[in-house]
Amino acid sequence: MHRTFTRPQGLFHPQLHRLLLGISLAASLLICSLSTAGEAQPMAKDPQVEQRLNHISEELRCLVCQNESLASSRAELANDLREEVRTLIVDGMDDASIKTYLVDRYGDFVLYRPTVKPLTWILWFGPFLALVLGVAGMTLYLRARRAARVPAAPLTDTQRQKVNAILNAGDAP
Amino acid sequence: MIVELGHFALILATCVAFIQGTLPLAGTLRDNRQWQNAARPAALLQFTLIALAYGILTYAAVTNDFSVRYIAGQSNLLLPLPYKIASVWGGHEGSLLLWVLMLSGWTVAVALFSDRLPLAMVARVISVLGLIAVGFLLFILFTSSPFERLLPAPADGRDLNPLLQDPGLVIHPPMLYMGYVGFSVAFAFAVAALLSGRMDAAWARWSRPWTVVAWVFMTTGIALGSWWAYYELGWGGWWFWDPVENASLMPWLFGTALIHALMVTDKRGGFKAWSVLLAIGAFSLCLLGTFLVRSGVLTSVHAFANDPKRGIFILILLALVVGISLMLFAWRAPKATLGGDIGLVSRESLLLTNSVLLVVATAAVLLGTIYPLIIDALNLGKLSVGAPYFNAVFVPLMVPVIFLMVPGGIAHWRENRLRALAYDMRIPAIAAIATGAAVWLFTDRGTWLSGMGSALAAWVVVGLCVQIIARLQKPGRIAPSFWGMHLAHLGIAVIVVGITFVKGYEEERDVRMSIGDTVSLSNYRFQLTDVAIADGPNYKALRASVEVSQDGRVIEVLEPEKRKYFSSAMPMTEAAIDYGWFRDLYVALGDPIQGGAPQWSMRVYYKPFVSWLWGGSVLMVLGGLFSISDRRYRKGSTPQTA
Amino acid sequence: MKKFLIPLGLFMVLIAFLAIGLTRDPKEIPSPLVGRVAPAFELATLDPAAPPFSPQRMRGHVWMLNVWATWCVACRQEHPLLVAFSRANQLPIVGLNYKEVQVQDRPQGVAVDAEGQLALARQKGGTWLQRYGNPYVATAFDLDGRVGINYGVYGVPETYLIDQAGVIRYKQIGVLTPEILQDRILPLVKQLTAAGG
Repeated sequence: MHRTFTRPQGLFHPQLHRLLLGISLAASLLICSLSTAGEAQPMAKDPQVEQRLNHISEELRCLVCQNESLASSRAELANDLREEVRTLIVDGMDDASIKTYLVDRYGDFVLYRPTVKPLTWILWFGPFLALVLGVAGMTLYLRARRAARVPAAPLTDTQRQKVNAILNAGDAP
Repeated sequence: MIVELGHFALILATCVAFIQGTLPLAGTLRDNRQWQNAARPAALLQFTLIALAYGILTYAAVTNDFSVRYIAGQSNLLLPLPYKIASVWGGHEGSLLLWVLMLSGWTVAVALFSDRLPLAMVARVISVLGLIAVGFLLFILFTSSPFERLLPAPADGRDLNPLLQDPGLVIHPPMLYMGYVGFSVAFAFAVAALLSGRMDAAWARWSRPWTVVAWVFMTTGIALGSWWAYYELGWGGWWFWDPVENASLMPWLFGTALIHALMVTDKRGGFKAWSVLLAIGAFSLCLLGTFLVRSGVLTSVHAFANDPKRGIFILILLALVVGISLMLFAWRAPKATLGGDIGLVSRESLLLTNSVLLVVATAAVLLGTIYPLIIDALNLGKLSVGAPYFNAVFVPLMVPVIFLMVPGGIAHWRENRLRALAYDMRIPAIAAIATGAAVWLFTDRGTWLSGMGSALAAWVVVGLCVQIIARLQKPGRIAPSFWGMHLAHLGIAVIVVGITFVKGYEEERDVRMSIGDTVSLSNYRFQLTDVAIADGPNYKALRASVEVSQDGRVIEVLEPEKRKYFSSAMPMTEAAIDYGWFRDLYVALGDPIQGGAPQWSMRVYYKPFVSWLWGGSVLMVLGGLFSISDRRYRKGSTPQTA
Repeated sequence: MKKFLIPLGLFMVLIAFLAIGLTRDPKEIPSPLVGRVAPAFELATLDPAAPPFSPQRMRGHVWMLNVWATWCVACRQEHPLLVAFSRANQLPIVGLNYKEVQVQDRPQGVAVDAEGQLALARQKGGTWLQRYGNPYVATAFDLDGRVGINYGVYGVPETYLIDQAGVIRYKQIGVLTPEILQDRILPLVKQLTAAGG
């Protein structure tokens, strides 16, 4: 039983006080149980770090999966690697360094976005080169096609006279 | 005993296919009408035999005959009946049997719907299809027979992969295979044209409906696969650039190019050789896809069990089919005549540009898919090429393709002044710029990318409205293919909106929740009200009840589950989705969290406009169906131009 | 008309690559650590009284680092070979026990501290080695897998051959077989021993 302060009678009659106390205790218990059911906490300890983690791990490959990104894989090694990346982010490494860190250990295979280097020039620039060549080739083809259609040679004078004669003859055969 | 009958039926079918593949063809070379006439009955007989074999395999699945090794590997006593039927195509051997069933089915369709075609043509087409069937049937008989016995028979089979126990499974692969196999018809027509030496506009006219039907199935199959991944895999993704997905996208891109190129060949006799090449290419990509998926050269989440022997067989099949047709192409195509005059700016040239762009886009996807293989083969190391590459390269290549939809529809055949064309497109241009700017500048989190996507979609939509209005003002009946074209293009615009807004504006929360906890996303509130155990026919699940409210009003109760199937170690996440016209709300239940009060990890997603991806696909399919319904393309009468 | 042969030409190049691809295993990842100094670490070993193990200790020797765990089924397959090998040759083998304590080992809802985990790992590992034989001169315990990450471990078992200067010379992914030992590892060992002296 909590200590009650001595108060003048009337509104602060001890019985009333006890009653009020009882009610407010019950009410606060009720309120507490409702408010522990509150706003859900994020899974991650630090959402900022998680955001960066998601961004980086979407570009990394899960090494034990058939073909999944580090972000979406639930494999154990994926969990470990994500934890590793989290640690590196918290340590202050930037995205490029983190990727280099993993490449040093697992090779280029771990990157889903291949680095642009001589080995991958064809990969990265090939399609656009093909596009340029394709459009150029198509234009040249259409031009050549036009030129290949030999236009009718202009009529000689005698030929024109013959044509006029035929036309003027009307229905004559 | 019955099972052996199925095997025997396949052997017979192979013999019939061989005759079907050689006799009518020889008949065209020797001008023997009797031999040519053998084509249709042979096709019918082949189909009957393969259907018998397929029926027997299904019977074995439905009656739980686990003495059949394939059924023991794919099915299980506890599997519900629809999934027992679907398990027939769940694995490598059965899916190949479905493949040849469809191939023979399409061949019968060609046999039945070709009265207006000259007999020699029909004979050639059916022969080519027969030869392809021989290849696949031999592949099945020698390396992948579904009728192999497993003795002593186990009492129960191994379970079907729980991921695949889903209505989506029942439809997605058959639709896709109908598309793959459907392109074989366009291929057969192209090869038949090469063989006859007559690559004329008539060939293009006959090919068009078959090509569009195949394309419709392919679109359906790909869209279903994407939708299935979306609701089944638990984190709301819908395209992963996985090699098997690429294997279906590449023929689709080529098929789209083919449909557009055939328009020119049909109407103006132009680009004959190019259309033939596209037809060969589309089916080649289907075969290549089959190789990539079943040979083990690439790692993929979809891959079937791999066996080098199978890989070698398919590679040889691929090399023979495509190699011979390309040799035929090199020999005969130069003889194709030029066709009508075409201006540098004209509908024809725009359609040709469409082809070039789509071919380059396909080449980019192919390059990305097999680049790791190439680098490894050259002993230069191991690297991965994933979504970041494809997104960076493919999207910029597709933007001009979609852009050209508008001028392509407006431009005249033969010749169009560039200035006139630009003037005709002023209204869509204004609409596009205005929409793009508005989305970029005035939406929360708008970027130049979401601006550009919106601009592109507005360009296409306003462009087709302009064209429809202009056409309605002219006299004369409007052909169904007109509506077909615009529906299909509208579908693409709708998909562009879907992709733009989902990628640009989706939100996700990854939280831990106790009973009663809430999480807010956009203007929605999610409250976890209950977590209980639930039982399924062959699994046990943890089911959560999540109340979704908007502005204080409860709009939905979602029930995500985490299922543990009896015969598999992996737990499956069944996400709960509240579908909407303009947004999806997606909730996935995670694992219970150790320690303290009962808590579970939950992921909630707000995905705006994601259903527009599937809606756009439906529009494209409708567009294709409208086009096919156009009687003009189903007349087989032959103008005798060479 | 040569241009009509281009598609055929391109196709044949493609087939050639695919054919070669059939002979390759796309899931095998070669290690970028070959030719580099083995990453340093210091981990507790099987014997609580002994000092922690560090690769530094093996300088001047050619040695093998074998990544294993009691939960690894394939390790049991290669283990007899390792035991026999350790008895026959003078090549020291060090075991790197990888993530011995799994989620299912930990009692529900109770967090186990590092000390407890190490004790559990020693107990499990020790029992296993007693039963199947101990080929290792030392067994280090990588409980959280971080040393494994530094070595580019992505599966178990894996084996590294390290030379006298501490440089990794060879990495075997997966189970060791007699053929691999005879054809790849032993010749390399001979070569390194001769060179190093």
